[in-house]
Amino acid sequence: MNEIVEGFSQAGNLIVTLNPDLLQIAALSLYVSLCATILAAGITIPLGGFIHFREFRGKQALITLIQTLYSIPTVIVGLLVYFLLSRSGPLGFLGLLYSPEGMILGEAVLIIPIILGLVITALLGISRNIRDTIVSLGATEFQVILEIIREARFAILAGVILGFGRAISEVGVAMMIGGNIRGETRVLTTAIMLGTGMGEFSLAFALGIILLAISMMVVILMKFISRRYEP
Amino acid sequence: MIRMKRLNQTIIIALLFVILTAGVFIAGCTTTSQPVNQTTDTRQKLVLATTTSLYDTGLLNYLEPKFESKYNVDLLITSQGTGKAIELAKRGDADVLLVHSPAQEMTFLKEGYGMNRRTFAYNYFMIVGPANDPAGIKGKTPEEAFKAILTQGIAGNGSIMFVSRGDASGTHTAEQGVWKKAGYDYAKEVQKSGNWYIEAGKGMGETLQMAGEKGAYTFTDEGTFLSYTGKLNIVPIVDKGTSLMNLYSVMTVYAGKPQPEKITMANNFVNWLITSETLTDIGNYGKDKYGKSLFTPMSSGVPAGVTADFTSPATETSPLKVEPAVANGTVPDAILPDAKNV
Repeated sequence: MNEIVEGFSQAGNLIVTLNPDLLQIAALSLYVSLCATILAAGITIPLGGFIHFREFRGKQALITLIQTLYSIPTVIVGLLVYFLLSRSGPLGFLGLLYSPEGMILGEAVLIIPIILGLVITALLGISRNIRDTIVSLGATEFQVILEIIREARFAILAGVILGFGRAISEVGVAMMIGGNIRGETRVLTTAIMLGTGMGEFSLAFALGIILLAISMMVVILMKFISRRYEP
Repeated sequence: MIRMKRLNQTIIIALLFVILTAGVFIAGCTTTSQPVNQTTDTRQKLVLATTTSLYDTGLLNYLEPKFESKYNVDLLITSQGTGKAIELAKRGDADVLLVHSPAQEMTFLKEGYGMNRRTFAYNYFMIVGPANDPAGIKGKTPEEAFKAILTQGIAGNGSIMFVSRGDASGTHTAEQGVWKKAGYDYAKEVQKSGNWYIEAGKGMGETLQMAGEKGAYTFTDEGTFLSYTGKLNIVPIVDKGTSLMNLYSVMTVYAGKPQPEKITMANNFVNWLITSETLTDIGNYGKDKYGKSLFTPMSSGVPAGVTADFTSPATETSPLKVEPAVANGTVPDAILPDAKNV
């Protein structure tokens, strides 16, 4: 239990002294997770809209598959992306292994099912009446999709925030694609793994506290932005 | 009017967001421990894959800047476990391999994935356990100790337990070597012989923690154990014996169609590692933190019964076509686990 208390004081110490290693690791965590979230959101919001609004054979099966993928073990995702990005793999020539950009790709792949599923669920929650009203006012299909997405924006934002949380707390993918290389691809989560493996529990706690603090700032900022758009 | 106000506010918030993120990111970039900004770093990159028990001692972090400044290279050290390191190397995702598993290394060489193997340092494994030593192994050889733990563990009431790495790491391979030398068929007589034998499937640190929690015996390298001083209630009990020899070797990786500059730089690393200056640094490492050195370089004397090449320059640029006459950096066969028995 000592380690938890020590963790708080160590976290405070690291922040107040602007420890350069910590700043670098924390900045990289934020950069990788934010980019992964933005990339995933950019793909899943239109894709979710498309899946929701179009009727096609196997639609329910697809949605079931997406929700099944919520449960995919992160190490499996890490392995799959690793095989892709490995020098002996099909995308090896891109040289993305052991780079933050590779980690962004891996984490985006990881969180796409989650955000996609939640976007579809959010859109399902918008009453059919609204859609009919908009159509009857003469909207094109594109305008309908845009308006419904606007209506569902809070639920969609909740999905995006969850995606971000998933990305910044990710260990397996970050470790396998990034390699936890000091000064290059070490992020808060892989540093925590290293710390616990070395028995440095209070440091691990400190890093965890800092990770949560960063997450909180991002969530608050996102909520602040969304409040501007309150109906 | 209202639309304009909302637009302005949106822009302001977006700007704030971007500034915050950029500020943190820039702060991170400019205070990085690297002397050169990551995004404009044009140095050649060299990937070194190693084992967790070696990396966690901090030795490589200590050596990294020395090598980088000498050759102006960006050394990327990744430590994900011996098995992972070897797999990375086979897939061409590592340029240098630095592990402590002679049997797996010899297989690696035989399969044509590596060359210029140099065994540069050693230390000892230890059998650690509860201070009251319930199995009474103090003073025994490693093989006798294992035998005592096994027989009492199988017969006993659960007070005698052994936690194994269980992950085909260098340490696990060495543990299996001791079982073999003690006359046991690992797969048939040790694994699944009872609840006394716990296969953790974890790294060394976590394995030690588990052994500490359960009051069990375990097989560990000295470096990791020392870094846990004061945090565990298990102590070293058996630390002498030829089968406890822990040999560290480095080699250049040859996988797929490697680029000649990579091979050259990897060979540079091997050659640099075995210079007397670096070996002396390795020998001194740990003295200030632990009061004793964690590694004994081969330059201080090769232990009896071990053949280790730590002096010939690394010059091969592709693997030998024939098996080397003398396997460098070996322990006598009786101690090496049979690769098939693993």
